[in-house]
Amino acid sequence: MDFVHQHLPALVVALPLVTGLVTAMVGRRGAGWWIAMGSSAAVFALCAQLLANVAGGGSQSVTYLLGNWPIPYGIGLVVDPLNAAVLATVALIGCVVTLYARRSMAQEVPEDRSHFFWALWQFCQVGLLGITITGDAFNFYVLLEISSLSTYTLIAMGKGRDRRALTAAINYLVIGSIGACFYLLGVAYLYMVTGSLNMADIHARLQDIFATWGTDAPVYRKTVIAGFAFIMVGLSLKLALFPLHLWLPNAYTYAPAAVTALLASTATKVGAYGFIRVIYTVVGPDFAWRYLHSDYILMICAMMAILGGSLMAIRQVNVKKLLAYSSIGQIGYIALGIASDNVYGLQAAIIHIFNHALTKGAMFMAVGCVLYRVGGVRLEHLRGLGRKMPLTMAAFTIGGLGLIGVPMTAGFVSKWYLVGGTLERGWMGAAGVVLVGSVLALVYTWRCIESIYFGKREEGAPEVREAPLSMLVPTLLLAVASLYFGMDSRLTSDISAQAAHFLLGVRP
Amino acid sequence: MTINDIPPGVVLLVAAAILPFVSGKARWVVALAAPIIAMADGWVAISDAWAADAAGSARYISQWQFMGLTLRPVFVHAPTAVFATIFCLMVAGGSLYALNQNRRFELAAAMVYAGGALGCVFSGDLISLFVFWEIMTLGSTTILWCARTEGSYRAGLRYFALHAVGGVLLLAGIALHVGQLVGQGHPDPLAFTHYSQMVEGWTSFGWHNAGLWLMLVGMLVNAGAPPFSAWIGDAYPEATESGTVFLSAFTTKTAVFTLMVAFAGVEVLVYLGLWMAVYGIIYAILENDMRRILAYSIVNQVGFMLVGIGVGTKLSIDGAAAHAFAHIVYKALLMMSAGSVLYATGRRKCTQLGGLYRTMPITMWCGIIGALAISSFPLTSGFTTKSMILTGITEQAGAMAIAGQSHDHLIAAWFILEAASAGVFLHAGIKFPWFVFFNKDSGLRPADPPWNMRAAMILFAGLCLMLGMFPGPLYAILPYAAEAADYANVIYNFEYLLSMLALLLFSGLAFFVLLPLLKRSETLTLDTDWLYRRFFPRLWKDVLMPIVRGLEAAQKVVLENLPGKPLSGEPRSPLARLGTEWAVSVPVFVISAMLLIYLLMYFVILPNG
Repeated sequence: MDFVHQHLPALVVALPLVTGLVTAMVGRRGAGWWIAMGSSAAVFALCAQLLANVAGGGSQSVTYLLGNWPIPYGIGLVVDPLNAAVLATVALIGCVVTLYARRSMAQEVPEDRSHFFWALWQFCQVGLLGITITGDAFNFYVLLEISSLSTYTLIAMGKGRDRRALTAAINYLVIGSIGACFYLLGVAYLYMVTGSLNMADIHARLQDIFATWGTDAPVYRKTVIAGFAFIMVGLSLKLALFPLHLWLPNAYTYAPAAVTALLASTATKVGAYGFIRVIYTVVGPDFAWRYLHSDYILMICAMMAILGGSLMAIRQVNVKKLLAYSSIGQIGYIALGIASDNVYGLQAAIIHIFNHALTKGAMFMAVGCVLYRVGGVRLEHLRGLGRKMPLTMAAFTIGGLGLIGVPMTAGFVSKWYLVGGTLERGWMGAAGVVLVGSVLALVYTWRCIESIYFGKREEGAPEVREAPLSMLVPTLLLAVASLYFGMDSRLTSDISAQAAHFLLGVRP
Repeated sequence: MTINDIPPGVVLLVAAAILPFVSGKARWVVALAAPIIAMADGWVAISDAWAADAAGSARYISQWQFMGLTLRPVFVHAPTAVFATIFCLMVAGGSLYALNQNRRFELAAAMVYAGGALGCVFSGDLISLFVFWEIMTLGSTTILWCARTEGSYRAGLRYFALHAVGGVLLLAGIALHVGQLVGQGHPDPLAFTHYSQMVEGWTSFGWHNAGLWLMLVGMLVNAGAPPFSAWIGDAYPEATESGTVFLSAFTTKTAVFTLMVAFAGVEVLVYLGLWMAVYGIIYAILENDMRRILAYSIVNQVGFMLVGIGVGTKLSIDGAAAHAFAHIVYKALLMMSAGSVLYATGRRKCTQLGGLYRTMPITMWCGIIGALAISSFPLTSGFTTKSMILTGITEQAGAMAIAGQSHDHLIAAWFILEAASAGVFLHAGIKFPWFVFFNKDSGLRPADPPWNMRAAMILFAGLCLMLGMFPGPLYAILPYAAEAADYANVIYNFEYLLSMLALLLFSGLAFFVLLPLLKRSETLTLDTDWLYRRFFPRLWKDVLMPIVRGLEAAQKVVLENLPGKPLSGEPRSPLARLGTEWAVSVPVFVISAMLLIYLLMYFVILPNG
């Protein structure tokens, strides 16, 4: 066990990488799911252990040297309160969705592709976990591409049900590659001036450069700022922050149900994490917020995301797409928390990364159950399902209440902190937008609930049963968890407070 | 976890969860045991708090930590004892009255409703208050819908819409207020307590007290203060016989409780209360539906309480609390009496009733006792409580006169309330029993209702008389028990008895003299509810809809010229095309534009760039 403890951070990435390769090589013998399930459960255990270590060890970051190469020459994996929380979120969702995905995938992806599916499924998680744990800016890019490339393929696998999945995947490929390129360009600019790729090292060297800017001879000013602009745009794309969200709705709508649940709860969340990481620990908030005032751009984008995403969600008839647009709005909440630059706001962002992963995960999984049983997810397919699939629909409804932010659901906790953070920052308008967003969420959630509980199934429509147990249990698990964390928020608020203090404490 | 950690309201909520699934004897046991257990639970907390007061220690009964905030779902305010007691009594009496109903959900809904009200009374923080407040709205709306008539469905929708708005106002007020306190580093921002800054500062509107103003307005919606008075007369008479009995008790009185805790002494309440006292009488006199008459008189009586709270001296607050207690009893009694008539005859309108004294003696006598009590006839509960408010006003006026302050508004208030007292006797004291039980013979010969309804009425009638003759136990649990005890020594003095009797007898004389004018015609009286019955629907249909339609056309023209082709043939409205199917060139263009915006911002717009 000593070995495991010593190499925890490396194992988190290495384990699914190895098992993913094994899955691809084993071939089509139906073993794919078992390997993926075992590996994701093990990864979750490892991440929970990491989180427990960090929570017990105070607000410190621990660096693990890959292959014992010293920083800045080798790649360092960093574990601190912030990314331990995100790692645990990603691993938890990965584990639960893998459990769910077996039946759902078997229906949507042809048998002869299943081993590729499960291999890509694990590579996607390798990428997401790796992005979160790495302390190296270039390594970040590599893992970003690993997760993105496997995501494009996973989305395209939805073509069996709807061929539009192919267009959605190719569009996302084009856009996502541009985003990754922008990020890489930005990192290259920073590398040019600092000569380092390690995040902590870049941060330290940038301080010397910033020090010259107040004088008559500023060094590398334009290079650093242009690099930062590229990084901001690149990461905004990954985060799907309005108006760079255009890839998201179709990708979520046409991907296989389980893939949508995985992406919605983890991929954009990791994007949000990248944002926090770059701004607060690489360039530093003094540069990003107080020197460049990017917080205002971010705030405006976030407000447009909340309003625009919700308004577009209201107009949808396809429930998957409705939820996708709602995700765009919810990402706005996270971005607003990041931009408000105080403990409350950051806590809101971190808590919402977790809470929204639970909520949206549960909802997309419930929609997947409907797809599995009914064969369609337009609003008319939902009619009368409150009687036919009561448990699935209960999970969906709980999730919907969470999106609105009803007290006793997880969504309320994040919104509470968010309103506190924006008010503390003095952004009354933004606080108002958050509240208006709740009303809009009420409207689009109500459209679904109305169909579910007050609609009637058409005469002669085929009989529908409750979803199979292996899909129902994970769905309910996340829904109940979102209720639990709405009522007992000690865990989330403690960890997020630790992370927020850690981030604001490392200010130069 | 001890019994002290269980909010008494939750006891009733648990009973509500059980009730729909039991029947027969078990149903009786649950419905009658729940209020008794809740009362015992409440009184454990109250006596603990009193003991803590006597010992001089903090009176926080139960504290929970939630997101770094302190919640106190079991907390004893000064008026908690009196309100908790009457709420539990009311649940017991109302349940007894309702037990022969075969509606499955009505009694459960009533328990939810009462549980919400009881929860509010024990809330020591604003979050608990809000949660229970909304539970109350859900419960009461469900009660309305349990009548299962078209009228009750529509009235329920209107009721729910208005109270949802009130709840949102309250929540917005709480959020703003708490947000400001957190910003100032207040140690206990969530505390639900007296906001003394509003006593002097209510006349100044501003950011500093906007939160408190919103909370005040949210509470006033539930109290039925103008311009929100119409919902009481609109909604309550649409419920079932037993449903109305419950509805008459909790919503307005919970609002009175919260106003008493938070905004005692805020002068604006005096004016609102006077308006309500007069408003209730005018509409009650114009009304024909017997339960609507009684509903309007709730507005009138709550007006008295608001005046007492607004004056804000110890005696007037005691008076308002005691009056709330007595009012719940006699209003429930009157509603039960009217409900029994409705139950027996199926008729609601005064013009269709009359002459029932022959066959419904118990209902008649109970109705008359309730009518005398609401008119504050000596030896009934109204006398010992309403007089307290009036005496509180005169004492405060005297004190202000000695201090050389302007006290004209108190003198005016006293006169208006005296006149309103006479008006109460007119519409509720004589008009209701006269037109229903006497007057012309309608030819109906119904019998008294089943024994449980009779028992509930007799119980409450006895309570009315007991409170009138022996007010001591009630006075002992009032917020300021010492002042109330002093007052008990002077209440039955000759002078006051004489003036009250004169007032009542002369208005009685006026009633019979003016009887021909008071004959009810079959009318529907429109009020400010005209706004949401007629005005808003019309505004939407005739003005706003056409504008939206017009804009949609303009939108269509713009959108159809935007780049991008739809990938699918899904039918959708023009707005839905915003952001759906795009050619891949569009996002690429947007990405470049975003980069441009960032670079412009960093290098051109910023002064240091």
